[in-house]
Amino acid sequence: MTPFTVLRAPAVILDRANVDTDQIIPARFLRKPRGGGYNQFLFHDVRDAEPGFPLAATDNPPILIAGANFGCGSSREGAVYALADAGVRCVIAPSFGDIFAANAAKNGVLTIALPPGDIAALIEAVGRGAELTVDLPLERVRPDNGAAIGFAIDAFRKTCLIDGLDDIGLTLAHADAIAAFEAGDRAARGWAVPDTP
Amino acid sequence: MAPPLTLFDKIWNAHAILTGEDGTALLWIDRHLVHEGSFHAFDMIAHDGRQVRRPDLTFGAADHYVPSHPGPIADSEAAGLVRGIEANAARHGFDLMGPGDARQGIVHVVGPEQGITLPGLTLVCGDSHTSTHGAFGALAFGIGASEVAHVLATQTLWQRKPRALRVRVDGALGPHVAAKDLILAVIAAIGASGAVGHVIEYAGPAIRALSMEARMTVCNMSIEAGGRAGMIAPDEATFAYVEGRSRAPKGADFEAAIIAWRRLPSDAEAVFDREVALDGSAVAPTVTWGNTLDTALPVTARVPDPNTAADAATGARIAAQLAYMGLAPNTALDGIAVDRVFIGSCTNGRIEDLRAAATVLRGRRAVLPGLVVAGSVPVKREAEAEGLDRVFTDAGLRWGEPGCSMCTGMNGDTVAPGERCASTSNRNFVGRQGPGSRTHLMSPAMAAATAVAGAITDVRRFGP
Repeated sequence: MTPFTVLRAPAVILDRANVDTDQIIPARFLRKPRGGGYNQFLFHDVRDAEPGFPLAATDNPPILIAGANFGCGSSREGAVYALADAGVRCVIAPSFGDIFAANAAKNGVLTIALPPGDIAALIEAVGRGAELTVDLPLERVRPDNGAAIGFAIDAFRKTCLIDGLDDIGLTLAHADAIAAFEAGDRAARGWAVPDTP
Repeated sequence: MAPPLTLFDKIWNAHAILTGEDGTALLWIDRHLVHEGSFHAFDMIAHDGRQVRRPDLTFGAADHYVPSHPGPIADSEAAGLVRGIEANAARHGFDLMGPGDARQGIVHVVGPEQGITLPGLTLVCGDSHTSTHGAFGALAFGIGASEVAHVLATQTLWQRKPRALRVRVDGALGPHVAAKDLILAVIAAIGASGAVGHVIEYAGPAIRALSMEARMTVCNMSIEAGGRAGMIAPDEATFAYVEGRSRAPKGADFEAAIIAWRRLPSDAEAVFDREVALDGSAVAPTVTWGNTLDTALPVTARVPDPNTAADAATGARIAAQLAYMGLAPNTALDGIAVDRVFIGSCTNGRIEDLRAAATVLRGRRAVLPGLVVAGSVPVKREAEAEGLDRVFTDAGLRWGEPGCSMCTGMNGDTVAPGERCASTSNRNFVGRQGPGSRTHLMSPAMAAATAVAGAITDVRRFGP
């Protein structure tokens, strides 16, 4: 996956709450193979219904500023594939669906949760033409000619994003600990092994 | 003395293989459920040349893309996905409950039904409604495709520990008030993102009084409040449900399990990060009017007026939802004309749900087209043995083959653009049941009453 360190880029604003993953990618496109150019499915039906919708299938600003509870609902990772394939590398919102945020990190897309006041300041700056600099190592986002805003991120998620790590490989570095747990657990919890009918 | 712990703490601690400095833990996963939509994850491990580490802890079902009509899958892409899970089950050697299998059904129905789901386990699946399995006192949550691949390859998952929220429901539910009404009322109270970052434990006398099926309905919709998982402490009802099921422990193993399971409930002094309390006796039959779950209201209420909203942003949000739903401000919910009815899904596709709908429909005619889909083949067979299928077909509704069906429309069962559907499923999102579809969520009994009345109606009118 593509490492994420520092990104200076323009932002697009989608100022509405509870944008669910069914809107980000309708269910009928989830059957498509990963190589299928998921960007064409991004907000497919919303774009049809709303001329002038701020996101398109291509050429989007790499930073999306969204409303609260962005990516709520279904666990479909296709929602992240669609955003990533359409050029979005970072989503800033007051809050996220938990599964969406986890999926984003696995695909090199950074999610930043900020208080509504900070979001409003960023929207105001973007409105006057500023680009945003997202600095993951320093955990801050700063609009051109504006004040830096700090954000929090789990250390583990941060490391995976910065290094572009395949976390299965990272986990397998703990193979001995996993095997020891597995053996101990099998002895202690015989009942937890599925019965064979 | 050891600090008091919650049910969630106990399961988390028992499964943390190691914990990093930031609190992110590597959790052991006891059960992994997969379905034909999990193909991305199988493609990922195939690409990296990895195997399924524990096929004996991996269980598959075909549910999202299977048709509700008998016979083969007409759509070639959907058929390909089902062939794909069959090929992966054969390649990796896990048990698949696929088409033609007498156990086939929605993954969240078959897990409990086959005794795959047990108290005290960690259980994950590439589907957000995995929270269902928390009804047994398991820690169960939905994950995305990359995490599915991680579990396939390692039987573990990295997780930051969520906070704990206890939802206590006192009192007793009234006549014709179902688990669906209760969970809709809970979500309306805490909000569509009210439980983000939290695991919910449902507690209190009204929860304790629920059957296992009803507890599954409640836990199923935890994700609709943003909850990472929903849980209910196991008790005698849980043990009685589990005992004797195909994959559940037997004999001495079952006795040992019961001893372990009795230690699971939250300690009396356990501290939750947040507590919410509701009066169960105040919950009415409940219906959603908009496109987020927090638009649930008692059926006796009216849809809101954007002009009297607390602020402009809320007013705009209400206006947009009313416009999509084709509703005028202040319209009474009771009496809104409906075009079609769907009874089924992982939320309300179990035998008790079908019995509740059949109780209303027995001897009556539906004036709307409707589809009734059992959650699994065993549920379908049980319903047929009780004659429920005849109740539905005599009323004029279609009796479909088990699967997710019209909840997501992935199998082609969609609601037409502009059509209004009374649905027992779990999401009323824009376009959820098909482009332009308008969904009103409600209980099976309420959906059945709506089918008879032709409009949203209060099921309490239909007798004692």
